[in-house]
Amino acid sequence: MSAPAETANSLLEVNSVAKSYGALHILTEINFAVPAGEAVGIVGPNGAGKSTLLSVINGTERATAGSVIFDRRDVTKLGPEVRAHAGMGRTFQIPRPFTHLTVFENALSGASYGAGLHGKAADEQALYALELSGMMDLANTPAGRLPLLARKRLELARALATRPRLLLLDEIAGGLTEAECDSLVETISGLHASGITIIWIEHVVKALLAVVDRLVCLASGTLIADGKPDLVMSSTEVRRVYLGSGI
Amino acid sequence: MPKLIAGSVRVDRYQRRALVTGVVAAAAFVALAAAPYVLDPAVTSSWIKLFYLITLATMWNLLAGYAGMVSVGQQAYIGLGAYGLFVFNDMGFDPYSSALIASVAVGVIALPLSFIAFRLRGGYFAIGTWVIAEAVRQIVIRFDNLGAGRGRSISNYTADPVFRNMFTYWLALGILALALVVTFYLLRSRMGIALQSIRDNEVAARALGINVSRTKRIVFVIAAMGAALAGSVICIQAIGVASPNQIFSVSYSAFMIFMVLIGGIGTIEGPILGAVIYFVMDLYFSQLGLWYLVVLGLLAILVTLFLPKGIWGAIHERFNISLFPVGHRIVPVADKFLPQSSAQPTVKEKRPNGRFRR
Ligand SMILES: Nc1ncnc2c1ncn2[C@@H]1O[C@H](COP(=O)(O)OP(=O)(O)OP(=O)(O)O)[C@@H](O)[C@H]1O
Ligand SMILES: [Mg+2]
Repeated sequence: MSAPAETANSLLEVNSVAKSYGALHILTEINFAVPAGEAVGIVGPNGAGKSTLLSVINGTERATAGSVIFDRRDVTKLGPEVRAHAGMGRTFQIPRPFTHLTVFENALSGASYGAGLHGKAADEQALYALELSGMMDLANTPAGRLPLLARKRLELARALATRPRLLLLDEIAGGLTEAECDSLVETISGLHASGITIIWIEHVVKALLAVVDRLVCLASGTLIADGKPDLVMSSTEVRRVYLGSGI
Repeated sequence: MPKLIAGSVRVDRYQRRALVTGVVAAAAFVALAAAPYVLDPAVTSSWIKLFYLITLATMWNLLAGYAGMVSVGQQAYIGLGAYGLFVFNDMGFDPYSSALIASVAVGVIALPLSFIAFRLRGGYFAIGTWVIAEAVRQIVIRFDNLGAGRGRSISNYTADPVFRNMFTYWLALGILALALVVTFYLLRSRMGIALQSIRDNEVAARALGINVSRTKRIVFVIAAMGAALAGSVICIQAIGVASPNQIFSVSYSAFMIFMVLIGGIGTIEGPILGAVIYFVMDLYFSQLGLWYLVVLGLLAILVTLFLPKGIWGAIHERFNISLFPVGHRIVPVADKFLPQSSAQPTVKEKRPNGRFRR
């Protein structure tokens, strides 16, 4: 079911990517392409390698083999800061806030460097990101004092502040109430509608299905399904890996 | 409280407080600069040590507290500052200009050394900087004209001891002011956000587009130049160096770490406070000999146990004051089209689980 990597119009191409830590193979032969403007969901059991794949895409981790092409540029060997400048914004599953900086200053970091803005333009971009992620009320709070859910929201705010063309989200819906989750879905749908390309890892499948055009399933470091969300969710391979994991 | 939207708020940089700091600091600078005319020069020249200690602590804090580079090899640049002074002094420059030229030269040397040091991380980085310092010392003592392993004295210096003391005092004061101004300016500038982000989380900083190694390199060079300036002050005060082992001694690093940790790492105020504490203790207790070191050690242990953020860190946490404001604050802009609310002038922390809102 896995589709061959398309070359035309893809914003992102992941070609034969592998990642291992010594003898430990986390990802093997990952191939997929994301056309500009598409929203792709990634599902898969714990430890499948989803977050690792995101890291290989944004450069936090270097691929052991294969290539990552972003906007027709080979970024495989480039650092995450270069990929951020090129338009990749990511959130971390385990939040990594700048604890001594305020929420606003956290966003300002992304606006100043990821988006490459200066002075007032950077301030405005950071404020816009806070507004979009609903964090304006916490703007002056030191990030170290935020509880977990707000830290996750800060991850989103910071990634948005970099003005990404490709937004990489890693489990941002877990632990939210129904209303909060609906609100988040509305926000991400809005971003999708505005033309931002999105790759979203999420265990809360309901939230994911409300937004994405396409679903990918990762298990034991390989893609086992890729296609229309309902088809992927009903495919036998996906059902098999999810059996017993409660979905 | 009215909902804040991007258009109805503005970013406040604590300009007024920064201005007050600037004015007070400028007044203190003028008073200190005039002090040798009023006070006994013997008193003022004893402050030279305080000035270079604050300079060293401030520079080490910039390096470790902000850029996350825990170096135990800054004595490389202290020593190079002193020996660089000999080189330019021998060429005919007066000792004070030689100090400044030497610091630039040390900056030039630090740049390639950073490429070696940056290959190492964490504890290896610390050890690596120490090894570099040892290597630098080994190279310096190969030169006979620099006194080889015996140390040497400055060839051309101000003969009159009163003037010499005053010139040295002003040099040390000027260097201290420069170190503080550069640090404060750097942290308030755009790069300040990058430095503080790196300090808090390097992986996230890179993912947000911050060029971590370039930023660190800039700081590494600045810190080396600052250490070199302090080194040349030490050298001028003693009209030379007693031995390369002394000026390249790792104990400088130990004292820098002590001052910064006691005062409060990652703040501008902390190292100043730590340096003052160390200076006072050194002044009154150093005749206790071995016991003095025990007292220093005990103080370090007590502070790390009970005030892990240092003395200034604890003060800042308790009273939320900062003498050198580098932060940003969002304040609402009064909007005449909305009914005036009684909301507080600043955005307050709200319940932690605020909802996602468009
Ligand atoms: N630095 C590392 N060194 C060794 N193993 C690692 C490292 N990072 C991750 N792993 C392993 O790689 C595997 C995949 O991890 P990853 O975080 O990508 O999974 P995931 O699909 O995101 O899981 P989850 O749904 O729990 O977030 C796990 O078994 C993990 O233990
Ligand atoms: Mg994960």
